[in-house]
Amino acid sequence: MNATTRNRRSGRALTEPTPIRWLLTAVALVFLVLFLVVPLAAVFSEAFQKGWEAYRSAVLEPDALAALKLTLIAAGIAVPANLIFGVCASWAIGKFHFRGKNLLTTLIDLPFAVSPVISGMVFVLLFGRQGFFGPWLSDHDIQVIFAVPGIVLATIFVSFPFVAREIIPVMEAAGSQEEEAARVLGASGLQTFFRVTLPNIKWGLLYGVILCNARAMGEFGAVSVVSGHIRGETNTLPLHVEILYNEYNFQAAFAVASLLAFLALVTLVLKTIVESRTRRDLTPVHEGAAQTP
Amino acid sequence: MSIDIKNVSKQFGTFAALRDVSFEVRPGELVALLGPSGCGKTTLLRIVAGLETADHGTVLFDGQDASDRQAGERRVGFVFQHYALFRHMTVFENVAFGLRVRPRALRPSNDEIATKVTNLLKLVQLDYLGDRYPGQLSGGQRQRVALARALAVEPKVLLLDEPFGALDAKVRQELRRWLRRLHEEIHLTSVFVTHDQEEALELADRIVIMNEGKVEQDASPQEVFDHPASPFVMNFLGSVNIFHGRVENGKAVLGPLAVDYPDHAAAGSLPAAGYARPHELGVTRSDEGGGGLWATLESVTSAGAIMRLELTDAEKRVLQVELARDSYDALGLRIGGPVYVRPNKLRVFLEK
Repeated sequence: MNATTRNRRSGRALTEPTPIRWLLTAVALVFLVLFLVVPLAAVFSEAFQKGWEAYRSAVLEPDALAALKLTLIAAGIAVPANLIFGVCASWAIGKFHFRGKNLLTTLIDLPFAVSPVISGMVFVLLFGRQGFFGPWLSDHDIQVIFAVPGIVLATIFVSFPFVAREIIPVMEAAGSQEEEAARVLGASGLQTFFRVTLPNIKWGLLYGVILCNARAMGEFGAVSVVSGHIRGETNTLPLHVEILYNEYNFQAAFAVASLLAFLALVTLVLKTIVESRTRRDLTPVHEGAAQTP
Repeated sequence: MSIDIKNVSKQFGTFAALRDVSFEVRPGELVALLGPSGCGKTTLLRIVAGLETADHGTVLFDGQDASDRQAGERRVGFVFQHYALFRHMTVFENVAFGLRVRPRALRPSNDEIATKVTNLLKLVQLDYLGDRYPGQLSGGQRQRVALARALAVEPKVLLLDEPFGALDAKVRQELRRWLRRLHEEIHLTSVFVTHDQEEALELADRIVIMNEGKVEQDASPQEVFDHPASPFVMNFLGSVNIFHGRVENGKAVLGPLAVDYPDHAAAGSLPAAGYARPHELGVTRSDEGGGGLWATLESVTSAGAIMRLELTDAEKRVLQVELARDSYDALGLRIGGPVYVRPNKLRVFLEK
């Protein structure tokens, strides 16, 4: 605490000389433009290369619409599932002490650590025709791999750390005193959750959901392995983009890609709003910071 | 409501937080649980509230076993050390919470809730802050909101965990006096936890002193101060001078000092120590009548009407003496000069 105030006061003496500051800023900016802005601009310019009409027809083409629908279905199932899982896991980790807590925390990160292709392969190994559950599934006439259920499963797997990761720190920081206070005041478990816990984590939760959704809609690797690439049936938006691209239909590929890029931009805007909200709501209650006697 | 704590023990892993603790809180009493940190006092309070369960023993409310009653069913008001206010709710909603979460059949109407909350906020002198958030309040204000919130459910018992621990000295003084007045007004059976002996002595009807999970003494403030049951209590309640020695034949011999010790009349000699508070030592310039402890006056500090003397005896042990200004002036002592110390009151405890 003391160190930071001292640093701020003598701030000028501690910063780098002006040329170096300019150089560092310039490097960062050039890098940003080269690797982020230019590609994004390229996507949109390529998409509109043949005009608005071509763009419209590429996006509204039945296969593209089917891919959009499937993407929405997969995200529509994966996000709520991970929301419930994330809240349960972080509740358990943030508020209780139990055996295997560290193991659970590590396992939550597993999808980050494993390559998406491998996660897809795992599902093929489990549910494919030659897989572990394969015979049982084909006996009961249930198809998981190369069908919608497989895509949903793969999407859930790759996107499940996001919600939990975001709210575990929030839950841990909040502690369990407010919940205890609610309990003594006669609130039931559900009342405590909805009236005390949830409002405290809502921004973290929303942030997690936004990130989870972005990943669920944009996932390529894992979904590609389990999908089978059947046009109009098991193609999600990212897979559809790939197919169009491989067919040298660049304009259509970029038009569909622009949908995903647009989604990313919306996500970023939402994320920024949520972040600024979180900062505003995080007025510390337990520290005597706001003492005005 | 009375609280009867019977043989309560609690273990955290290998650490025994409470060992066979028993005492009683009579209806309308304000009891202090006093002890150093880690002595188990907060754990005991949480067991009474139902936030923690005892490994052994029972807690009786009005003679009825409360063990299988949930925290919410015990009708206790709990004020947490760091207040634990709901940070996303206004002060008004914080206080109203306990009423709003009642089952529909028992829940007061919105108007009733509003009246009640307003009255409680008036009681804690914060009715003008109802629409603020906890983050916008000072420590003392938060503390009072926490108290109003606890009182809203009309508890039969009020439990306070280090209620003034996180406040600065002046606010603490004020709140302490205010809480005492409030207690005289509403006469709610109350237990508060503290490590501050001054707070316990000033506020409580009765003090339960705890150490290492056990009750050391359970008595009135006057009693614990004048007749401490153990060296620990003596030490904990303020600064103290210790004279080591032995007891035999009904006498305690502590260096040059000798006092009667009828509890040990046998001939066998046992190690013992005499304890005297700084204001219980008398000082003279000459050893008239003998039996005084020779010492050197090292320094004197003035604390208003009281003079604090620091002496060292022949073995270079430091003694602290407090004298009234008049008697100090009458003595005409000088720094570095010899003095003789004689205790007006000396408590002797056998040493283990």
